[in-house]
Amino acid sequence: MLLRHTPKEIKERSALTINPAKTCQPIGAMYAALGVHKCLPHSHGSQGCCAYHRSALTRHYKEPVMAGTSSFTEGASVFGGQANLLEAINNIFTIYNPDVIAVHTTCLSETIGDDLNQIISKAKEEGKVPAGKYVIKANTPSYVGSHVTGFANMVKGIVDAFPVNTGKRTNTINIIPGYVEPSDMAEIKRIAAELGVKAIVFPDTSNVLNGPQTGKYEMYPSGGAKIADLIKAGDSAATIALGPIASGPAAKALDAKCKVPCEILNLPIGIRATDEFVDRLRILGGVCVPESIATERGQVIDVITDNQQYFAGKTAALIGDPDQLVSLAGFLTDIGIKVRHVVTGTAGKKFEKRVKDVAGGDVNVKEAGDYFYFHQLIKNEKVDIMFGNTYSKYISRDEDIPLIRFGFPIYDRTGHQYIPSAGYRGAMRLVEKILNAILDRQDRDAAEEKFELVM
Amino acid sequence: MKKTAEIKPEDAAKELIEAYPVKVGRKRAKQIIINEVGLEEQVPEVMANVRTIPGIITMRGCSYAGCKGVVLGPTRDILQITHGPIGCGFYSWLTRRNQTRPAGMKDPNYMPYAMSTDMQEEQIIFGGEKKLKKAIEEAIDIFHPKAIGIFSTCPVGLIGDDVHAVARDMEEKHPGINIFGFSCEGYKGVSQSAGHHVANNKVFTDVVGLIDTPKQGKYKVNILGEYNIGGDAFEIERIFEKAGITLHSTFSGNSVYEEFASAHTADLNVVMCHRSINYLAEMMEKKYGIPWFKVNFVGAEATAKSLRKIAEYYGDKELKDNVEKVIEEELGEVEAARKDAASRCAGKTAMLFVGGSRAHHYQELFRELGMKTIAAGYEFAHRDDYEGRKVIPSIRVDADSRNIEELKVTQDPERYRDRLTEEDRKRLGDEFKFKNYEGMMPDMDKNTLVIDDLNHHEMEVLIEKYRPDIFCAGVKEKYVVQKYGIPLKQLHSYDYGGPYAGFKGAVNFYHDIDEMLSTKVWSLVKAPWDDSPQLTARYACE
Ligand code: SF4
Ligand code: SF4
Repeated sequence: MLLRHTPKEIKERSALTINPAKTCQPIGAMYAALGVHKCLPHSHGSQGCCAYHRSALTRHYKEPVMAGTSSFTEGASVFGGQANLLEAINNIFTIYNPDVIAVHTTCLSETIGDDLNQIISKAKEEGKVPAGKYVIKANTPSYVGSHVTGFANMVKGIVDAFPVNTGKRTNTINIIPGYVEPSDMAEIKRIAAELGVKAIVFPDTSNVLNGPQTGKYEMYPSGGAKIADLIKAGDSAATIALGPIASGPAAKALDAKCKVPCEILNLPIGIRATDEFVDRLRILGGVCVPESIATERGQVIDVITDNQQYFAGKTAALIGDPDQLVSLAGFLTDIGIKVRHVVTGTAGKKFEKRVKDVAGGDVNVKEAGDYFYFHQLIKNEKVDIMFGNTYSKYISRDEDIPLIRFGFPIYDRTGHQYIPSAGYRGAMRLVEKILNAILDRQDRDAAEEKFELVM
Repeated sequence: MKKTAEIKPEDAAKELIEAYPVKVGRKRAKQIIINEVGLEEQVPEVMANVRTIPGIITMRGCSYAGCKGVVLGPTRDILQITHGPIGCGFYSWLTRRNQTRPAGMKDPNYMPYAMSTDMQEEQIIFGGEKKLKKAIEEAIDIFHPKAIGIFSTCPVGLIGDDVHAVARDMEEKHPGINIFGFSCEGYKGVSQSAGHHVANNKVFTDVVGLIDTPKQGKYKVNILGEYNIGGDAFEIERIFEKAGITLHSTFSGNSVYEEFASAHTADLNVVMCHRSINYLAEMMEKKYGIPWFKVNFVGAEATAKSLRKIAEYYGDKELKDNVEKVIEEELGEVEAARKDAASRCAGKTAMLFVGGSRAHHYQELFRELGMKTIAAGYEFAHRDDYEGRKVIPSIRVDADSRNIEELKVTQDPERYRDRLTEEDRKRLGDEFKFKNYEGMMPDMDKNTLVIDDLNHHEMEVLIEKYRPDIFCAGVKEKYVVQKYGIPLKQLHSYDYGGPYAGFKGAVNFYHDIDEMLSTKVWSLVKAPWDDSPQLTARYACE
């Protein structure tokens, strides 16, 4: 047994987190910043955090993940990190030549109380920021929220920095895709393009964290939201924010800053949530849904109806990030799978209600939970399939429950970078994965005389 | 593309720092050295173990990573609680591939559990000691461990939490449990290295020496600085057992608490990773009289040499014969594999930038394959790891190192035992080196590049200039280098392969490197139309 010490009996814990279902803010901020073209994220703190965040993102994406660090030593921790950040800004522009440096804090610089606005102004005054270049920022104290909060904060940092309301409204729609994979961001862009809606998607990590092998290394790959577009986002007709927790704050800030009205939707994972997204996009963009999208949609529903008997009555346990879980729980419920346990590490009062609204009132839901608790729930009520990140595999193996990798991080499988789970195409991928998991299990466990050829 | 031999190292050294602001260039120049080995292994001085320059994209991590991640992480039955916000504990959760094998189902193994106090704003403002105490209570209640380590992350020191006081208090409440704290805040020192030192100190003062019952068996040896990545320690265990050597304790791959606690009863300490654990070797010698010397189980020849040295230490015929028998038996398979792989790999070039010992050790394996190391450096080593321990007296201790405590160690009145008799010393003579590490540079060719704390920019320059056949580094570098079309072997995680230590490990390594260098996949990178992008011909089907 890998998790041999996890007892079935659940005892209340108030101080000890065991096997976290979240990580700290800066990594989300770093990920979001990589979704801006020619942007180098910068971690203002000791270098260990930056090394950890880069390593974690690298293991998940299997791609270069570049970021600078202020490399605090004890002195900086006592006297403040201003000198380090000023030096870092100068070095980064000189050596790595990005268009944007996106600074985020760590628990260290937050505890010290470094004032990023003041330090960045000073850098500008001292001529350390070349003309036409930007230093943007987000405060990401790791002792508040989670990686999802950090993502939200940096997206808001992008909004604070770039969009300008020139008074000339365009018919462009801004889309904030949420803390999703580069593949999902590409898929969201593709859907908008299919619909014929002009969209500015940000952040956009496609073609940054899922780049091709070309034999040439590009420090700043072709992807990422362009600064010119980010500036124009202030003139757009509306913003669609996907995922209230990851995208909501930025969308609201953009509304406040540039009077671009926003709609906050669930992440387009599964049919119903994608429908909602496509429908809002169609209405806001003033277009009709083309045949191509209708066909994609019809195809997934076809597969689901064809295989209805395999989903019906199966039970599932889900662990991951709140925006993802709400949509996924809704989707599973729609296709006939009974969602039993839903745990997120990110704290949030509304989470329970959001899940119960889509998956029913008797689901075990926990915000600010951890893998240890999730495992105990499963020990008390076993399920047929599990959804979660790579760490779920320890539970999956101990309890012999098939696992569908979903969320962050996925260190041990590939595909998430390139193949979406958002949109109808993404729903098709999820359905295929779920079916494979269920049917492989049935094949593995069937008595010889019950072994089916056609399924 | 110039051949490696045609590239002047002076040009390379210059190009490496060309893009830098003057101040940065000046500092880096002292860390970029063209190697030269003079009389008595005299090598040029390299600046090492100094601050990373802010803004530089570095490979380095922090003290917490060195303490919890490297040194203590591989121990399965010391329950480890990270005191701090969630991130640090999360990232160090199972990511280092330290394998462990509990004897039975009932034996504790906490390694798959990441425990953290998940500090919130409230603790940052009002202090986190209360929460830490509560967390320890909860951990004891669920896991019933015999030992608990508490690891401090960045904010802990700043908000004034005293993990040592908490440890003492909690130990009083739970007298059967050994509870100890580590002040390994991430900003301490300049890299992981500081954390190694912090870990060594605490393990020495709070664990080693607590249990006086030695393991049964002859030739009791501790291995220090072997962390069982990819099963390396398992392979060394296999070889030791075959040779009749009793492996008393490993610090800390596949290890348990009791082995640490009784490590002072062994006859000998052998040191694998000098950087991360030489402190413990030195302190154990002073306090308990256990001599130490450096070994290396990476590379078949190096393994054989290390085994012979251990046998020589004991001077016992039976052991010497056993060791020779083992070497002979094992080398057969190794030689066949080596020859086969070398027939394809020989003459190719490698660069190694990793850790505090691996960039040296792995040159052995490349040498066995007939490959040339043209540039190498450590991520967080000190001058002695480059130039040899002979330079220790001349190493300047700067402010960053000074804040890591140097313990004052004296002989233990009861447990100190001289392991060597006068006769032994005479037999071994001056040739037999104790407390030795000659460092990486004397082992490298003239005109190769030695670069400390290599960063992203310099890595790009090196690759573009030299285009080595293989590059060795860590996960953050892996995909950068591979985008250039050059394979990168991770020497922290082994790309999830291994073991690479010992005899079987050497065979694995030859095989893996051979495959990496001869795979056809790289030939797919270029598309057939890449050379003639403009279509001028007519369609064949027209
Ligand atoms: S929790 Fe804080 S110290 Fe730890 S990795 Fe995150 S930002 Fe760094
Ligand atoms: S072998 Fe390398 S990674 Fe391991 S402790 Fe030593 S220096 Fe660190």
